[in-house]
Amino acid sequence: MLRYVASKFFYMLVSLFILISATFFLMKAIPGDPFMGEKKPSPEILARLMEQYDLDKPVFQQYTKYLGNIAQGDFGLSMKQQNQSVTDIITDTFGPSLRLGLIAIVVAVIVGVLLGMLAALYHRRLIDSAAMILSVLGIAVPSFVLASLLQYVLAEKAGIFNVMGFDSPLDYVLPVMALSAQPIAFIARLTRSSMLEVLHSDYIKTAKAKGLNWMAIMFRHVIRNGILPVVTYVGPMTANIITGSVVIEQIFGIGGIGKQFVDSITNRDYTVIMGITIFYGILLMLARFMTDIAYAVVDPRIKLDGGKEG
Amino acid sequence: MASDSTTSGTAWDNLQPEDFKKIGMDEKQSEIIQRESLSAWRDSWERLRKNKLAMTGLVIMILILIMAIIGPMISNYDYETNDLMNTNMPPSGEHWFGTDDLGRDVFVRTWMGARISLTVGLAAAAIDLMIGVIYGGLMGYFGGRIDEFMNKFAEILYSIPYLLVTILLLVVFEPSLGTIILALTITGWINMSWIVRGEIMQLKNREYVLAARSMGAGTGRLLFRHLIPNAMGPIIVTLTLSVPNAIFAESFLSFLGLGVQAPVASWGSMINDALSGWMYYPWRMLFPALFISLTMLAFNIFGDGLRDALDPKLKK
Repeated sequence: MLRYVASKFFYMLVSLFILISATFFLMKAIPGDPFMGEKKPSPEILARLMEQYDLDKPVFQQYTKYLGNIAQGDFGLSMKQQNQSVTDIITDTFGPSLRLGLIAIVVAVIVGVLLGMLAALYHRRLIDSAAMILSVLGIAVPSFVLASLLQYVLAEKAGIFNVMGFDSPLDYVLPVMALSAQPIAFIARLTRSSMLEVLHSDYIKTAKAKGLNWMAIMFRHVIRNGILPVVTYVGPMTANIITGSVVIEQIFGIGGIGKQFVDSITNRDYTVIMGITIFYGILLMLARFMTDIAYAVVDPRIKLDGGKEG
Repeated sequence: MASDSTTSGTAWDNLQPEDFKKIGMDEKQSEIIQRESLSAWRDSWERLRKNKLAMTGLVIMILILIMAIIGPMISNYDYETNDLMNTNMPPSGEHWFGTDDLGRDVFVRTWMGARISLTVGLAAAAIDLMIGVIYGGLMGYFGGRIDEFMNKFAEILYSIPYLLVTILLLVVFEPSLGTIILALTITGWINMSWIVRGEIMQLKNREYVLAARSMGAGTGRLLFRHLIPNAMGPIIVTLTLSVPNAIFAESFLSFLGLGVQAPVASWGSMINDALSGWMYYPWRMLFPALFISLTMLAFNIFGDGLRDALDPKLKK
């Protein structure tokens, strides 16, 4: 087990290193310097700026310094927002995004599993078809389309919610709906197919033959085994929520890290783009790492010794 | 007996030996196959054809493809000419889908956008297919050390979030159709290569492979004549399902302003443009949003149907 965790952790670090290096060298590949705007600064100011951002040093030296700074959680200074460090920008804007993302994940897991279970229990019945149609729609409709639609129908026309803003608990409803729709669809499909498999397996027949009551069968056997594949989806779901939040925050005017990311792309604020990219990368890799561990813990059948094919 | 009164027509009770006739048995006749023989592809097609949902998906795909080709031709307008006298017009006989904030015809732009979105989707999927099949084929075929090394490389690449890499690339390089497709394929092929790898690993121990090898077939011939054609089912399904992913990714990038640049339209950039005024001019958002959803829906349900048709064992 320890070896398994260690090897997964090692590969996570390698991936992270590649992401950071790729980010750094791609940014260096941009022609010109970041201070070429409409107003050209005077040579003295330019020299000072270059010094402040370490741009006067050789590229390799900049690279090692950047790596060292990141290890200490320092992503440098923003190039467009005066005297703002990228780390401060990230910590300031991460709060709303984290709250929104966590709620969306919880909603997605609960609703998705319930929907999938209902569909499996009422296999080939009306509930099953309805759930599957919903899930196909959920996968097909891009989150930003759904978000705009919800905003138009429920906020603008029906007036139930605020169009923009993120203050009262009611303001969470629309963004969470838009963000969790796709994960709900995936989880419902995963749960349904694995539950169907479990329901038709021999040990459920045995449990029924023993005369175990329905509730006991459901909770002791079916649900436990049926939601296993959902664990594997936690990594991709995190990626999905992060990508989704980038546009959802824009649409609902939520001042989170996703909106900051889009703004920095629009303003070409390179240090902020780099910082948030790496921050997102760390989040996603951690989520994937934890998924691997969780899956190994939940499913004893998984091979822990590094995957020699038997 | 009283049998005459109970049975009319044939009197089964009264059969005499003369009523029977020897017809013999022709062994050749018994070997003749009565039903037309179906190839595996025909068989799958028959199954697919009975799947109404999948066929609906196929029809929608074809209709959208046709409209993408002829849509811009059947309108009197082009996609880039501004008409500042007629901005934000609702749909009418003049402009079927209305006009946008610069007076451009939304109908034409929607179908020009379809061209861009479909091009990106299909081209990205095609490149993924080529790289994925070769890389995955080699992994599966050689196995052992080579497989382990190639697989680790793919795994590391895969663990870097692809949208972040894509965004980075497009921040650095000027967004154009080419760079968008390139950026999408940098990590897009990995999934395909794993599918191919798994299939090849299962197939390479079959007898027909041994037979081909004993007749002197080399690596290339074994891989491309024997192994990959037999793995075609899962490859096609993966291909079908990767098209909507690429279409979504393109629209997402356009939404961030990293897609094709104005005046060229894509569904994502049209939705992005429409966002600010969409409360007042819903048609500007409605049409691109509707068609991108329809396209993704069609590819998804067709892909699902294809999977069921190509591998009946999987169907529950």
